[in-house]
Amino acid sequence: MNWPMKKKKNGTAESNGHIIDMRAITKVYDTGKIQVEALRGIDIKVKKGEFVAIVGPSGSGKSTLLNLLGCLDTPTDGEYRLSGETVAGLDRDHLADIRNRRVGFVFQNFNLLPQLSALENVEMPMLFGGVGRKERKRRARQRLEAVGLADRVEFKPTELSGGQMQRVAIARALAMEPDIVLADEPTGNLDTGSGTDVMGALQELWQSGSTLVVVTHDKALAQRANRVIEIRDGKVVQDKTNGGISNLR
Amino acid sequence: MRLFDWRVVGQLFLKASSLQRKRATLTVAAIAWGTVAIIMLLSFGEGLKIQLMKGRRGMGENIAVWWPDETSKVWQGLPEGRPIRPRMDDIDYLRGRMTAASGVIGEITSWSSSMTYGQTTITGRVTGANWEYGEIRHHFPQSGGRFININDERDKRRVIFLGDALAEDIFGDIDPVGKTMFVDRVPYLVVGELQHKMQMGTYKGPDEDGAIIPITTFAAQFGRQRLTNIVFKARTAEDMPLARQQFNESLAAKYRFDPTDEQVTGLWDTVEGAKVMGNIMIGLQGFLGIIGALTLFIGGIGVANIMYAVVKEKTREIGVQMALGARRGWVTGPFVLQGLSYTLVGGALGLVIAMILIILLGLMPVEGNQALEFLGKPTLSWQIAVATAGILGGIGILAGYFPARRAATVDPAETLRYE
Repeated sequence: MNWPMKKKKNGTAESNGHIIDMRAITKVYDTGKIQVEALRGIDIKVKKGEFVAIVGPSGSGKSTLLNLLGCLDTPTDGEYRLSGETVAGLDRDHLADIRNRRVGFVFQNFNLLPQLSALENVEMPMLFGGVGRKERKRRARQRLEAVGLADRVEFKPTELSGGQMQRVAIARALAMEPDIVLADEPTGNLDTGSGTDVMGALQELWQSGSTLVVVTHDKALAQRANRVIEIRDGKVVQDKTNGGISNLR
Repeated sequence: MRLFDWRVVGQLFLKASSLQRKRATLTVAAIAWGTVAIIMLLSFGEGLKIQLMKGRRGMGENIAVWWPDETSKVWQGLPEGRPIRPRMDDIDYLRGRMTAASGVIGEITSWSSSMTYGQTTITGRVTGANWEYGEIRHHFPQSGGRFININDERDKRRVIFLGDALAEDIFGDIDPVGKTMFVDRVPYLVVGELQHKMQMGTYKGPDEDGAIIPITTFAAQFGRQRLTNIVFKARTAEDMPLARQQFNESLAAKYRFDPTDEQVTGLWDTVEGAKVMGNIMIGLQGFLGIIGALTLFIGGIGVANIMYAVVKEKTREIGVQMALGARRGWVTGPFVLQGLSYTLVGGALGLVIAMILIILLGLMPVEGNQALEFLGKPTLSWQIAVATAGILGGIGILAGYFPARRAATVDPAETLRYE
């Protein structure tokens, strides 16, 4: 697979080379009667070009963390800088712009829009990003080729296999050339074969220079990462680098 | 950074065309039905208004009708209860003083005169009037005839102008113009027959049932000089108050009564009547419009309902779009457009149906049907079109806006959780 080379973006002022810089992040869900403390003081820094796997048991706060990382939600307390930009206190439309330009999402259940073709699904973030029609089509086609779906561009999600759908989702995540790709159990809904396939695609993505954060239960996927962060009860309990396979540049 | 982009909204709208066709069809039909209802109601109101205006003008425009009465106030040592009964020659006196009036005429009426032609005798109303009566009271002759003229009045000619219904009663199918008939056994030449007209107001019975002869001829035959009515026409509707004031002052000066004595000066002012009628029509049209708007509103609720269902079904897609960087306006815009387009399609359909109905109703014969003659035909005016379009647009926007507002509250983090 050939990934397009990452271009240097204008105005991307990374804080000390960190794309993600989280300090003392807490997240409290107020359900009215009880307050649920999902995250209790998280400090995470992710450098450009890292492949981070976040692991932990169910209910440990992984998904909450991923939502915060992806600016789908805002922390109750603490400081979060994404590519040097402080995220706290931004309104929903600003958060939407940041998600569009800086973050690419890959979901467990793919979340492709069912009535659109693979090509149109990949176009979607570029539509929001104000990319012109022609350029959008060209880039979407290129991204789909890169994940090996050149012959499936006009297919609807229902006409694709699980692995193919997830590869469309990966192509979509890369459409806007984001600073970071966030994946939430990307192999969770796939059989072993397709899972391996998607893992391979993610690893190649990383090797071509992208920064990846993956939440997973899948040990095989976690082993491919160059760093594994383990979360338990809303706290980081372990943060270790996998020896040997790091490709930090 | 772009705050709002219609291009994005438009493209999302086009892509979101997968919808429940049956529900959409029913909703569009409901809007069409509401549109037909509002247009038909307003058009009937408009037709009725036109017909009423026509009927009001049947008696004459900007005229006032006065009846003799008794004084109710003591004035310059004179007691109350004195009858004020102007005579034929007071008309010239009034004409000289009423500068705000374009015409003043007197009437003397005989309520039961026998009118005979051949073997037929009808007992009816014969009025002696000044020759200007024809113009002021809208007595227009059918072709081949004429109204009484200035020479008839000056020479006391025995000429008669017949109401169309009266003429038919006396002459049947025969054309009366040029025939000689008898009024209380005195021969008269029929010079004209009234053109059929719509007449809403009368003060002595419909014009079609009476006969008019020159006032001078009447005075000679019946030996009466006292007027039954005085009718005057103001130069314009705005001149009417001044004309009335001049009338009161002139008459009061001559007959020595208080010009503010309302029992004497009371009269039928058709300008005032027209204002009241205009207000009643505005009220009626407003009422019809509200009924129509309510019908349309129910259609709008249907649109809002289907849009709520669409938002609910698409909650996940909305969440995905937001995760990919769609701003709230881009997500809600397509829903507003969708609600608006349902409404506009339904509205256009309703407009076409209503126009066909109006054209078909317009082909129905009205002549001779009293109910239809009174109601008139539904008439579509541009005001109605603008009002309907405005109401449709408003309902469409509201029907799309509220569901779209719900779409905007979708929390992407919530929607995209694990299943």
